[in-house]
Amino acid sequence: MQKAKPIELDVAVVDGVELKGSWNRMFEPRAISEYDLSILDEITAIPGAESLGYCYQCGKCTGVCPVDTVGDYSPRKIFRRTQLGISLMDSPDLWLCTTCRNCLRVCPKEVNMIDIMPAVRERAVLEGNAPEELLQAFENTARYGNPIGEPGRKRAEWTKSAGVSVPIMSQKKSPVDVLWFVECYPSYHPRGKQASTALARVFDSLHVDFGILGNEEKCSGDSQRMAGEHGLFEMLAEHNIKMLSKYSFNQIVVTDPHAYNAFLHEYPKYGGEYVVQHYTQYLSQRLPDMSFTHDIPYRVTFHDPCYLGRHNGEYDAPRQLLKALPGVDLVEMGHCRETSYCCGGGGGGMWLDSFTRDYASERLSERRVKEAVEYGADILAVSCPYEVPRFEDAVKSTGNAGKLAVMDITELLAYAMGLVDSLVMAN
Amino acid sequence: MGPILIVMENGASGFVDSSKELITKGREIAKNLEISSIAVGFGQDAESQLKNLPVDRVIAITNPELSQYHPLAYEKTLSEIVKKEEPYLTLVANTTMGMDLGAGVASSVSLPLIAYCNQVAIAGQEVVATSSVFAGKLMAEIVVPKSGAVLTVMPGAWSATEDSGSPQVDVLSVDIPPSMRILRTIEPEKSDVDITKADILISVGRGIEGPENLTLAEELAEAIGGVVSCSRPVVDAGWLPKSRQVGKSGQTVKPKLYMAFGISGAPEHQQGMKDADLIIAVNTDENASIMDIAHFGTTVDMLELMPALTERLRGE
Amino acid sequence: MHIAVLMKSVPDLVEDIALDEHEGQILFDEMSYVPSEWDDQALEEALVIKEESGAEVTAVSIETQDSDNLLFTALAKGSDNAVKLVGDFDLSLTNRQRAQIFADYLHKQPFDLILSGVQAIDDVDGQIPGLVAGIMGWPHASVVTEVRVKDQGIILRQEYAGGLVAEIESSTPVVVGIQAARKPPRYASIAKVRQVAKSRQIEEVEVPLSNVPALTVRRFYKPVASAHAEMVDGDVEDVAARIAEILQERNLLRR
Ligand SMILES: Cc1cc2nc3c(=O)[nH]c(=O)nc-3n(C[C@H](O)[C@H](O)[C@H](O)COP(=O)(O)OP(=O)(O)OC[C@H]3O[C@@H](n4cnc5c(N)ncnc54)[C@H](O)[C@@H]3O)c2cc1C
Ligand code: SF4
Ligand code: SF4
Repeated sequence: MQKAKPIELDVAVVDGVELKGSWNRMFEPRAISEYDLSILDEITAIPGAESLGYCYQCGKCTGVCPVDTVGDYSPRKIFRRTQLGISLMDSPDLWLCTTCRNCLRVCPKEVNMIDIMPAVRERAVLEGNAPEELLQAFENTARYGNPIGEPGRKRAEWTKSAGVSVPIMSQKKSPVDVLWFVECYPSYHPRGKQASTALARVFDSLHVDFGILGNEEKCSGDSQRMAGEHGLFEMLAEHNIKMLSKYSFNQIVVTDPHAYNAFLHEYPKYGGEYVVQHYTQYLSQRLPDMSFTHDIPYRVTFHDPCYLGRHNGEYDAPRQLLKALPGVDLVEMGHCRETSYCCGGGGGGMWLDSFTRDYASERLSERRVKEAVEYGADILAVSCPYEVPRFEDAVKSTGNAGKLAVMDITELLAYAMGLVDSLVMAN
Repeated sequence: MGPILIVMENGASGFVDSSKELITKGREIAKNLEISSIAVGFGQDAESQLKNLPVDRVIAITNPELSQYHPLAYEKTLSEIVKKEEPYLTLVANTTMGMDLGAGVASSVSLPLIAYCNQVAIAGQEVVATSSVFAGKLMAEIVVPKSGAVLTVMPGAWSATEDSGSPQVDVLSVDIPPSMRILRTIEPEKSDVDITKADILISVGRGIEGPENLTLAEELAEAIGGVVSCSRPVVDAGWLPKSRQVGKSGQTVKPKLYMAFGISGAPEHQQGMKDADLIIAVNTDENASIMDIAHFGTTVDMLELMPALTERLRGE
Repeated sequence: MHIAVLMKSVPDLVEDIALDEHEGQILFDEMSYVPSEWDDQALEEALVIKEESGAEVTAVSIETQDSDNLLFTALAKGSDNAVKLVGDFDLSLTNRQRAQIFADYLHKQPFDLILSGVQAIDDVDGQIPGLVAGIMGWPHASVVTEVRVKDQGIILRQEYAGGLVAEIESSTPVVVGIQAARKPPRYASIAKVRQVAKSRQIEEVEVPLSNVPALTVRRFYKPVASAHAEMVDGDVEDVAARIAEILQERNLLRR
């Protein structure tokens, strides 16, 4: 960049005051075109990342980006830093976006982080230049079909203790109405397995004709895609589509909003076209068939998962279910529906916990839990499998243990329907 | 049947413990099988160190340069000795030196090798070695062939006694091949700890209550020869650096001993430590999930147990 | 400098080991396999050497279940060549047999430096680098954490108990067993591995299976372990005493 040229007169008179030499020095205006834009050009040349260049610095996104509330972040700031020659490729900024989609909602120029992030991250991942934790999750997913690194052969083990029969397609050998795509955390994480058990019992009591893929299922891969491992996503998509092609079913029901997103928008590109619903959508239609026997006399609030709400526009189905529960006093938090906060787990955030910690004053999940407590909620209801462990952990770390319980909607349903013995309130 | 040949390794002062263990056990095996025992040592003090060992014969390779381990010279020399003496068993501890010599010598003299051995038993006419393989998940029971074998033995598999004897002493010096040269030795830096390399971890969780209690953990770690690690809340609170965090978003560790004090055993934590050889959990809650993967557990107060254990270990 | 990296896959311990408990034998065909972690370290060190001082890197593996994937990944990471040794082999090959197969191939090749993982979880009958070196009559050092090229030879760092390190100069050819590379092994993105699998070739070399000294494992068995923690009761002093005893029994108290 050129240095601005000083203008200096021997003597200048300003408002009758005589200013000599350096006292009257001014600088010539400097043209913005003098920035070295080569770094910005490099980034916007990546297919998918073009829109970063559209930013005109209005700052709307900064006000809504959840990461900015705990740090120093937003598309505007990313644009500005890139313009100043800090390459997004080498910057921690590349890994902080949770792809929550809140900025896109307000950006007049449609600067689209949902496309920019995976595109630029993919370049970084190709060069092996990504945080260790994330690479470990990729490697686990490639090897075992789940990011946790649990054996692929144990994916259906949870069904053994579900208390109801959970048919596995390869053994069932007959068509089903609903193919339930269970996903990883609901198959392996202890809290996820509890929610899966609850959902299995709800299906069973509604006489849903359903089946799961069991060990033939692998991670849907959507978060890995957003985190930059497109090749891995493709491999998983091809695998899942091939497995699904072996069976006949009328529709897919998914536990995980990230899988929902993949089935809706990505799998069709690989030939996997299905009727797909999130479990809250499917169950809200079945509400008339449900009978509730137990009260849930608590104040409940709901956290909209980014990939069900903002990404795919479903805000009502989970609320219909919660409102139907006897005794529930449903309160909305300030950040709800379109303006919902983010749990921090999306876009690879689930596998960047340690990395993001260095750039944030607190975790997004901790922010959210505090908000729920402010609104006097006893139960924070969720409908995404990433969220139960994230929020439960945050309840502890914010010193709210015993005040707020975190529960998947299926767990509340199963309790109200008398399908599980107890609601585990204080943890 | 040939003799039993024991390869001695030099430490900072005298032979290392793992070699002394081989002498005790080797002599016992030799006696039972009625074969003779030979110990080989290297370096300028080899003769004086070997000459009181309780074996039948010792071979001292007295080149002063060989006081320090030299992979090529040791391997060549030992291969020559094995060819000449035709031992039934060649024992070397499974240290860096043993990993070098075991495989190198066995294959150059065409003998089988039994690695990671932690037991040798004599059953009638058979000698049976047991090795721990697949990261300790399986034991392999191997009958030592009559034609002999090289065994690399895990340090600590046996205990050493301080017997002495008056063996026949052979002294020789060898040519040191010029193609390998020791340039210098470097002492480890003491300051930075790498919890993934520690054999023993004293790991603390939220149960530690506050940074003022960390000294209890540090003292215990020091008494037992381990390193302090922790669960995430301890790092989040700023009580220990991130490099000490075990788990999903921290380090994955596989120590010989993992002592979990006040750690509940969340899946994110277990992911980083479940493969430890021995897990001892101290948690006032008997139903904490750490108890499902621990080998031993206790529900006493960690803040009382840590000093009590430290004192006991210091006493021993 | 021409470097060969000897690589193999080992049973994946994330899954249970398939064991016929009655016969005491491992069911090799019923397990899944992953690249041996130390071989990954060896490959990384070779690639670091290549980047630092220029070298040609060839990844070599013996054809068993997973070898193509292993070799394509090595190519994706930056290895120049990949060689698969083919013959009448199966998953139950012993390490001694593997070492002989490697040596039979390596004999005829102009490699200066051979790297391989210092150990693997399944080497009951010895570690590959030492066995290969012994068969070929090459000098060898294991438990190495750094290899640098200097003039016609190398300088390596060998690590001993307690973290003591020796710096050793060696002429080539030489075999080195890598404990840890200077950097953590790099990640090869799946996109890259897939692209490599489409565009690059693995060279296949036929090698006979010769007779080698054999070791018969009479039986494999699982050491007894408890599913739930065995609880130690009593007051603090009782518990401390019992724990000290447990540590003593397992030789964890010797310094
Ligand atoms: C994405 C993500 C990543 C994570 N990554 C990690 C990670 O890498 N590592 C990690 O550790 N965690 C991680 N966590 C957090 C994890 O979920 C748990 O919250 C955490 O491990 C709990 O730590 P803790 O066991 O120390 O605390 P707690 O769960 O609060 O347990 C404390 C335990 O101490 C016991 N106790 C209290 N006082 C005493 C006493 N005086 N004597 C004996 N026992 C006592 C209690 O009974 C209790 O069981 C992660 C979470 C998420 C969501
Ligand atoms: S997608 Fe969400 S986290 Fe990412 S920049 Fe936009 S608002 Fe911030
Ligand atoms: S809202 Fe859009 S245009 Fe405005 S600063 Fe943010 S990214 Fe730039």
